[in-house]
Amino acid sequence: MEFSELIRTGRAQAELLRGPGAPPLRGTLCVTGHHLLLSPGPQATSDLWLLLLRSVDSIEKRVAGDSGTITLRCKDLRVLQLDIEGVEATLDIARSIEALSSLESVITSFPFFYRPKGLRLGDAWHFHPPEHYYKRVARETNAWRLSEVNEDFSVCPSYPRAVIVPRAVDDDALARSARFRQGGRFPVLSYHHAPSGTVLLRSSQPLTGPQKRRCAEDEELLRAVLAGARPGARGFIVDTRSAQAAKQARMTGGGTEAKAAYPGWKRLHRPMERGRPLQESFVRLVEACGDLEQSMDRWLSRLEGCRWLAHVKEALSTACLAAQGMEREGACILVHGAEGTDSTLLVTSLAQLILDPLSRTMTGFQELVEREWIQAGHPFQLRCAHSAFSHARPKHEAPTFLLFLDCVWQLGRQFPLSLEFGEGLLLALFEHAYASPFGTFLCNSEKERCLCEVRTRTHSLWSGLNQPKEQRKLRNPLYVLNPLAIWPSVEPQSLRLWQGLFLRWTRPPEPSEAAWEKVWQIVTDKEKTEGSQPTVSASEPQP
Amino acid sequence: MTVEMILHHHIASVEKLALTTSGCPLVIQCKNFRIVHFIVPRERDCHDIYNSLLQLSKQAKYEDLYAFSYNPKQNDSERLRGWQLIDLAEEYKRMGVPNSNWQLSDANREYKICETYPRELYVPRIASKPIIVGSSKFRSKGRFPVLSYYHREKEAAVCRCSQPLSGFSARCLEDEHLLQAISKANPVNRYMYVMDTRPKLNAMANRAAGKGYENEDNYSNIRFQFVGIENIHVMRSSLQKLLEVNGTKGLSVNDFYSGLESSGWLRHIKAVMDAAIFLTKAIMIENASVLVHCSDGWDRTSQVCSLGSLLLDSFYRTIRGFMVLIEKDWISFGHKFSERCGHLDSDPKEVSPVFTQFLECVWHLTEQFPQAFEFNEAFLLQIHEHIYSCQFGNFLGNCQKEREELKLKEKTYSLWPFLLDDQKKYLNPLYSPKSQAVAVLEPNTVSFNFKFWRNMYHQFDRTLHPRQSVFNIIMNMNEQNKQLENDIKDLESKIKQHKNKQTDGVLTKELLHSVRPESPTLKTSLCFKEQTLLPVNDALRTIEGSNPADNRYSEYAEEFSKSEPAVVSLEYGVARMTC
Repeated sequence: MEFSELIRTGRAQAELLRGPGAPPLRGTLCVTGHHLLLSPGPQATSDLWLLLLRSVDSIEKRVAGDSGTITLRCKDLRVLQLDIEGVEATLDIARSIEALSSLESVITSFPFFYRPKGLRLGDAWHFHPPEHYYKRVARETNAWRLSEVNEDFSVCPSYPRAVIVPRAVDDDALARSARFRQGGRFPVLSYHHAPSGTVLLRSSQPLTGPQKRRCAEDEELLRAVLAGARPGARGFIVDTRSAQAAKQARMTGGGTEAKAAYPGWKRLHRPMERGRPLQESFVRLVEACGDLEQSMDRWLSRLEGCRWLAHVKEALSTACLAAQGMEREGACILVHGAEGTDSTLLVTSLAQLILDPLSRTMTGFQELVEREWIQAGHPFQLRCAHSAFSHARPKHEAPTFLLFLDCVWQLGRQFPLSLEFGEGLLLALFEHAYASPFGTFLCNSEKERCLCEVRTRTHSLWSGLNQPKEQRKLRNPLYVLNPLAIWPSVEPQSLRLWQGLFLRWTRPPEPSEAAWEKVWQIVTDKEKTEGSQPTVSASEPQP
Repeated sequence: MTVEMILHHHIASVEKLALTTSGCPLVIQCKNFRIVHFIVPRERDCHDIYNSLLQLSKQAKYEDLYAFSYNPKQNDSERLRGWQLIDLAEEYKRMGVPNSNWQLSDANREYKICETYPRELYVPRIASKPIIVGSSKFRSKGRFPVLSYYHREKEAAVCRCSQPLSGFSARCLEDEHLLQAISKANPVNRYMYVMDTRPKLNAMANRAAGKGYENEDNYSNIRFQFVGIENIHVMRSSLQKLLEVNGTKGLSVNDFYSGLESSGWLRHIKAVMDAAIFLTKAIMIENASVLVHCSDGWDRTSQVCSLGSLLLDSFYRTIRGFMVLIEKDWISFGHKFSERCGHLDSDPKEVSPVFTQFLECVWHLTEQFPQAFEFNEAFLLQIHEHIYSCQFGNFLGNCQKEREELKLKEKTYSLWPFLLDDQKKYLNPLYSPKSQAVAVLEPNTVSFNFKFWRNMYHQFDRTLHPRQSVFNIIMNMNEQNKQLENDIKDLESKIKQHKNKQTDGVLTKELLHSVRPESPTLKTSLCFKEQTLLPVNDALRTIEGSNPADNRYSEYAEEFSKSEPAVVSLEYGVARMTC
């Protein structure tokens, strides 16, 4: 397919309004295969303006007289307005954007064409798969091994090639356990908590069905987990569904672990919202944030009604529960919901952030995202197909990853010195998860990424982000290593709306941003004065 | 073991709950929003404690309040100096009054015209005493229009008063004259705004009681405006609802937000802020003077005048300036602190969190403008603590006349010097006075900018707070930076001194030169060269150690590496020669 077939008009004169704080831009508008360009006239001082078409979430057109207006609502929640000369041009451009922004083919998407200067293809792609994490685990304990049972993705299509499993369980048993779990997602190691010698595991629901089927290998696997931990260790299965929902899942072939079949393991239900209700919550919050005129009461009631912060609280408190189980009770934790690709990952990744100081560093966090979200098979392509503005009926969209980022932001607010990265990194991850020139968030699983040759034909977001020029935006200037677990308060009084994300484009630049500049300045001043002080004193003339 | 102390005056209510197996629970609610639960093993003891606390927390006489027995071990002159720290006459001078349009009036020198005003009042120069007296008779409690803040640059004034006794049709020519005098005192703009800070309905209801608001037809050149801040009773019950929500155990997110909404608290905060912004805009954009009033002109009027001044004038955003602001618009103009804070056992219907709301508005501004304020949140919380503590004399009584009668300046201490002594605790490390010196704050009052002030209403619930404080660390870094910079300056000056000595050395060498014929071989001798290398290396080390990108230090190092070796080598040469 040629992009040119979809581009109905080459160019038009237009004016772009970018919301509060940014001056309007006039120039020639141009649609290309992947971008919308606005090039200002030759005498203009500003640079070319560029928008990735993939980041357009919804498009609205209006014509009046001999000109038209296109409103573009982007996946990063930005709203842009284009005033275009000529009715025909307006309609053609609108149709072109509509067609090009909703292309579903992965291999024709922009990351496959993006070749930035200064980056080499293939860089950073191998810098944090599970093998890398296994090296760390192997230093801490001998009870686990790296299994390549999923080498060809036949055991579990949504797992990576290599997974970490109990040393005592062989690959055949794993394959049988996989047949007993939805989507083949048998229990694998997510995190080894060395201080208490316990582990965090994740899986999908067992396929017990209405007949309450059992699987000896699956039971053996969980028994081996407890045996591999400290003697007498107990286990908790944190089911992210309500007891009711878990029971109902039996009717469709799913279910939960029967108590009698898994001695030493106890089930806890912590219902978390997922799927469509979560997407609706997101949509309603964004809607509320777009209304600048609403009264105090209306705003508060919409904030309550959208329930977003309630979801934040649920996610954080479930993660705290899992983390507490490991740190305080010395127990092993298995987390799953139904598919084990959404709320499960939310809980396991947050629990690690709470417990593991390494995951709070810049590289550690990137590894966490790579390992616990991308490699763990969170279906980004499906979940992030549309953001909050789309008029299309939501199919598989859900802002699970955004909810994760929000929870991380809340942790960062409560422990402002303990995360090496700042809000900037979280905002970047949100943007790139929904639309990106990099290949990192493409596809739904490692298997798909292999088929599309994502690793060899696109650039990794991590190599993009880790360039020196990006660091100031992404780092937390106040970071100091905190070796302790960070236990957040989940009381409603302690949780805040993430204004930096949800109100990012609706409000003009805040004086608080200038304040952050000042913080950076103070920190760099400190480094400078400290750096130079000893040498100055060294050069002090000796009496 | 730590000892928890609760000031009796901070106790808002004591409640005895039903007997449990472990004893009798006693719940103390404090005015600083602290809630303390005690369990007293024996019910009789509990009952006794309950009764004593009830009595101790409600004093009948001012003289029984803590301030009259508080003794920080200062002598009389120290105490007096403390009271003189904030001088309002000085403050009016700073604003630029008296001047050709405004003068100090002696009409209220003996509190004859208005008991709740201070003795010293500034009025338009052309307003004669009969006009002032006439106007005061037409205003509730005699609180006639006087100057609250003068904007020197715009030559516009913020004035304050109480509602007129207009009823449905009454007029007062003197009052009309006084308002005209105020607008004439503004050489740029002839019309003035009259802001009635009440909701229109309330103001209209007041007419039936012979009070009310200005009729635009009777006053020339006024633009009348209601801004709709609710009265003290609405505010009291709003806070009550807010505290009920906060006190709920295991509060869900939804209950919190629906409780926050139905309490209306943030709506009220926004209303006060909007009113102050209206005032600021009238002055800055239209260059018009503004007269603010509510019913009696000591609650909402104080809120709006003081907040407006704070937006207009960066001085009030400093630690000392904020003290001046509170002294001026709240204490001197007769905000009834003792009644509003319930210092004595008096009418509970007079209690209202009007001043707390002012502090909350200021906090919201510090959140929106993190670099505009010299002080931090702790300063606001500390002031809030002391309006209830009755430890210092500043907030006792309801007006200046009453304070004089109580002889507070002789018998009690002023809070301000104690806060200034502790200034370090209250400094905002991000404060950038230069960028904000002339800036008028223009807060954005879109609803989502108003947030629940957790650190006020849950100050004592440590578990709800961030576990690490950005403030402290930045504060420390700033301190260290300053310390290190001082060290550097110190060292620089030492080096300079040293260099001067060396130049002296050169001179002596030259002198020596002239008297002693020099052997030409010495200049190129090997040992001479070796000697010169040493200091050069030292200078190089200096460059390595500091950041080359840092102009200041690299310049310094360059200077060091270029000129100095020459001087030093010569000196060594001299040393060699002389020995």
